[in-house]
Amino acid sequence: MSREELYSWGLKRGITMLRRVKELNITEEDLDTYRNAALQTVGGGIGIALHWIAFTPTIEQQATEEQKKKWLKPAQDVAIVGAYAQTEMGHGTFVRGLETTATYDPSTQEFVINSPTLTSTKWWPGGLGKTANHATVMAQLFTRGKCYGPHNFMVQIRSLENHQPCPGVTLGDIGPKMESNGNDNGFARFDHVRIPRENMLMKFARVEADGTYVQPPSSKLAYSNMVYLRGTFVMSAAQALASATTIAVRYSCVRRQSEMKPGEPEPQILEYQTQQYKLFPQLAAAYAFWFAAWFMTQQHGSITGNMEKGDMSGLAELHALSAGLKSYTTAVAASGVDVCRMACGGHGYSHASGLPALFGGAAALCTAEGENTVMMLQTARYLVKCFVQSQAGKTLTGTVAYLSAVQPSPVAGNRNMSDLGTLVAAFQHRAARMVKHAAMQMQGEMQKGKAREEAWNSCSVLLIKAAEAHVHSFVVRNFAETVQTVEVDESVRAVLTSLCQLYSLYGITEHAGDFLKDGYLTGRDIDAASSHLSAMLARVRPDAVALVDAFDLHDKTLHSVLGRYDGRVYEHLYEWAKKSPLNKSEVHESYYKYLQPFLKNNRAKL
Amino acid sequence: MVFKMNPDLKKERENASFDPEKITNFLYGGQESVKRKRELESLALNDPDYQHEDLNFMSREQQYETQLKKGILMVTKMKELKITNAQDQLFYTSAVLVSDVHPMSVHTRMFLPTLYGQATEQQKEKWLKLAENYAIIGTYAQTEIGHGTFVRGLETTATYDPKTQEFILNTPTLSASKWWPGGLGKTSNYVVLMAQLYIYGKSYGIHPFMLQIRSLEDHKPLPGVTVGDIGPKFGYGVMDNGFLSLNNVRVPRENMLMKYSRVEPDGTYVRPPSTKLAYGTMVQVRAGIVMFSGMNLAKAVTIATRYSCVRRQSEMKPGHPEPQVLDYVTQQYKLFPYLAAAYAFWLTGQTMMSVYMTSSSQISKGDISVLPELHALSAGLKALSSSMANVGMEECRLACGGHGYSHASGLPRLYTNATPASTAEGEHVVLLLQTARYLMKSYNQSLQGEKLAGSVAYLSGVQPVPAAGRTRNMLDLGALCDAFRHRATRIVGEAAAQLKSEMQGGKDQADAWNASSVDLTKAATAHSQYFVVKTFAERLTDSRLDSSISAVLTRLCQLHALHGLVTNSGDFLEDGYLTGADIHQARRHINALMAKLRPDAVALVDAFDFPDGILNSILGRYDGNVYQHLLEWAKASPLNKTDVHQSYHKYLKPFLEANRAKL
Repeated sequence: MSREELYSWGLKRGITMLRRVKELNITEEDLDTYRNAALQTVGGGIGIALHWIAFTPTIEQQATEEQKKKWLKPAQDVAIVGAYAQTEMGHGTFVRGLETTATYDPSTQEFVINSPTLTSTKWWPGGLGKTANHATVMAQLFTRGKCYGPHNFMVQIRSLENHQPCPGVTLGDIGPKMESNGNDNGFARFDHVRIPRENMLMKFARVEADGTYVQPPSSKLAYSNMVYLRGTFVMSAAQALASATTIAVRYSCVRRQSEMKPGEPEPQILEYQTQQYKLFPQLAAAYAFWFAAWFMTQQHGSITGNMEKGDMSGLAELHALSAGLKSYTTAVAASGVDVCRMACGGHGYSHASGLPALFGGAAALCTAEGENTVMMLQTARYLVKCFVQSQAGKTLTGTVAYLSAVQPSPVAGNRNMSDLGTLVAAFQHRAARMVKHAAMQMQGEMQKGKAREEAWNSCSVLLIKAAEAHVHSFVVRNFAETVQTVEVDESVRAVLTSLCQLYSLYGITEHAGDFLKDGYLTGRDIDAASSHLSAMLARVRPDAVALVDAFDLHDKTLHSVLGRYDGRVYEHLYEWAKKSPLNKSEVHESYYKYLQPFLKNNRAKL
Repeated sequence: MVFKMNPDLKKERENASFDPEKITNFLYGGQESVKRKRELESLALNDPDYQHEDLNFMSREQQYETQLKKGILMVTKMKELKITNAQDQLFYTSAVLVSDVHPMSVHTRMFLPTLYGQATEQQKEKWLKLAENYAIIGTYAQTEIGHGTFVRGLETTATYDPKTQEFILNTPTLSASKWWPGGLGKTSNYVVLMAQLYIYGKSYGIHPFMLQIRSLEDHKPLPGVTVGDIGPKFGYGVMDNGFLSLNNVRVPRENMLMKYSRVEPDGTYVRPPSTKLAYGTMVQVRAGIVMFSGMNLAKAVTIATRYSCVRRQSEMKPGHPEPQVLDYVTQQYKLFPYLAAAYAFWLTGQTMMSVYMTSSSQISKGDISVLPELHALSAGLKALSSSMANVGMEECRLACGGHGYSHASGLPRLYTNATPASTAEGEHVVLLLQTARYLMKSYNQSLQGEKLAGSVAYLSGVQPVPAAGRTRNMLDLGALCDAFRHRATRIVGEAAAQLKSEMQGGKDQADAWNASSVDLTKAATAHSQYFVVKTFAERLTDSRLDSSISAVLTRLCQLHALHGLVTNSGDFLEDGYLTGADIHQARRHINALMAKLRPDAVALVDAFDFPDGILNSILGRYDGNVYQHLLEWAKASPLNKTDVHQSYHKYLKPFLEANRAKL
């Protein structure tokens, strides 16, 4: 399909889905599940989805009761359709740097929304280009000559009559992207567009009629939302890996290739150790991240409960963990999906495999909602703070407790490298050592006279590595605890334990240097880890298909000829190809236009 | 619109420690060659006939058609302009095609060379002139739905019928259908078909056959031939990669390309003198991929580095203006190792190519003794360089934040067009295992006292010993090469020991090989990495390099080696060859090197000398006017043809109106 067809097709399906929600009386609690399933069936992003993913929730969370009366019902009934306009051409993750302004004019009691520079152009918001007629616009609030930072404003951007852009508003699509081309990610420029004072979403901060700014009571709620949102990214990462491994594992059982032993039939390619080594670590990571996402959901739930009672403890820790976890899991997922793609050989490169689109989707997770490096450094900042506190004698709790615990010292002699307790301890030791090392390096730089910010920058590679080690150790520990405590029968626990061992051992062999550097593990331990890892690959092999079937991904959401549940790959590859646009006619029209005259001419000259 | 150069980029260029022109000359083999390159590039880039809308704005059919038209023009113009030399053709075609191909690319790259290499003189007389003059268009049909890298497993058959002196070409199963060949779907009217040769019921393996698939009159598929496009892919939208099934199609005996093996009229099979000769072409193709990987990485790094100087973000110090993102050490750590790797693979690719050229005269005299080693080396290097380029291009894209995801950055297209290098022309792991097989053989020979030569000589030499206790200078290129050499030797040795112990434990050769294969691929990687580090260091001893250039290139070489070392630190620590303190030193040196390279970063990417027309990236523009052009580009994109898209009238309007009415 062309870009225009993709957009049109996505819009049509988005609207159909919204209609079905009403027709089928889908209940509030099933709404997310139904929408996700519908979106996956459509495949790829669609612009109108941002209406219910971002626009409507923003009204729910940030509008006053009065404002809700005005906008929430029309939004819920889709009498208006909205986008969430935050990111600009010049600024993304660094929200404080946004340049769009909302200047209060007390004489008319209006805000003037303006894009003062080229780089202040809103850029990327989904559905903004062609679909939305309203947007919540994030802009720097100026009142009485003072800037109060970014706030949200409700702006109508297109006419409800003829959908033309409103006066002073310039709108458009930002052009084709790697994936998600059904989504009209858009740009918007505002030329002194006036909106009533009541269009600022004022549940928290307020601007009085006279221009007085009233501080919000606490900014913590925004943190809680961020934690929630990042938790959904962890789940998306898990699902991306689950889909990719489902496709690659099933196909690797259908595909037979080469000769392992002379004269014998071609083996399934999943029999090759190298193929197992590509896929099983990704499979294990899919489970590990799935469980990590569970943890985030549970913690977010209990913290929200506490917050309602006024207890904010635990929020900072969870916030810091969520940033690093989002960064780590999405990065592993994006590269893991590509590993799965390449593990399918040439066919993985065809859109028939579904893997290119899956990769495009997973890759977007790495820069969206907080760029991954910036996220990881947020976690690092918290870890350094914790480390300093623990040096001062404070006992840490929760996911960072291990930083203040007495570190296990290396045990000379034989260590059982397949014991989950031993593996968890090794990851915690590594993280604690690296956090300490990064913090000390920073202190050293500062003692040599560098300003804190410079010291931070010059140690930032170490800080990232330390934060990654922390997040990695959390994922391992959480995986281990889950497989030990989850209510399943013993056969399931056994296979999950194998996966957990595989995940941990793979992590150790991939980062052997980190464990060897201070002698915590020895060369012999690493050798042992390698052998155990090989053994785990062999152990998981017979259960591999069952482990991916367990993700329960329907063929219609997988969108993959290679990953079909029934394994009828080659027949369907052929059928799929026949429908390719270039096959509409035996002889493509460009033959008559270009090729025929060229060939004729060349023949004539001979 | 004329824009002045972005002030940040201007400053970067003024502050560089060297003149990028000097490195450009080094990279392209001299001033004359650079001059010629630029002439040819501007000839192509300024030719109005080649101008068209951004391919990213087009449907698949439009992309195919645009590129077919361009390909035909290009072939015609090259003839008119008498661009005949291979190097010149490469410069010219890269500027016409940018990071894409055209539907007749395989005709030039594979079909013609196969005729040159495998047709007899008589056969050449019949087909070569037609092919050289594009009176017929051909492709090379080898890969099938069911088999790729494992060529012996191909299922298409060519059965000799002595009665009529014909071959019967057939795809007996669904999985035997040819699948993937470029230009096969819609463009070609001929193919070189690779098929299993059967005579009197006996199989003789894979051989090439010349087969016409479409009519020269109306381009319709010939009887017994089913042919079509395999559908949209990750990249290469312009190419009609195709499928082909054959239903007992008969061709005369003379259609088997018989320069080496022959089939006599009575069905007698005559063996080729040596089967190793085919290795020569493979070595050349793979050396080309090493070079191609270096160049693609160079393009990605050019885009990301320039953009990182234009993009200002966040607050490093409270109250200060937003810094260029390249001032963040984390950004440098993303980009500079790949900048170094781009140079490493560029130079290694060149070295490989010249080694091949030197030995090819030897080979053409019938001495093929160097081929197995070259073949093994090229397999590992192709795998290493293409996978490193994959990871690096993606890292560069991510380093551009959200804008890297837009096709305006040029990075998605660069990636999707370059990533097949990992699976095409030999799948990654299979190639590493080819190298490993040769390493195991060589290692065992050296254990028996045989002295090895060439790239594996070090396996039988005296090994560098760990310098216990004394401080090692981790910046010294000799010490770094020693470390990589020691690591490769150790891992090769351990993989051999592992293989042996599996066999002693009762496994047969094949099972033992499979059970050790992860370790074997690691050995092949370590061997290839050592070769790259060593080659990079050796190239810097070129006496033609002046001191400003050799200083900055030495830093890149050190960074390349040190980065490889810390990312694989376990391999160096495991047996105590390096200590924790050495790794710590290595990290500090990396930080210091990145700080030193920072002011030269733009000059180092400018030195690759990619004109904007070839880079095809708004983020990577030479003048740095990124944001203005981003907006212009978006405005030109298909959804913006009208202010209100037609689907509003079709779908959105009735929906919204109905919803409003109900309120």
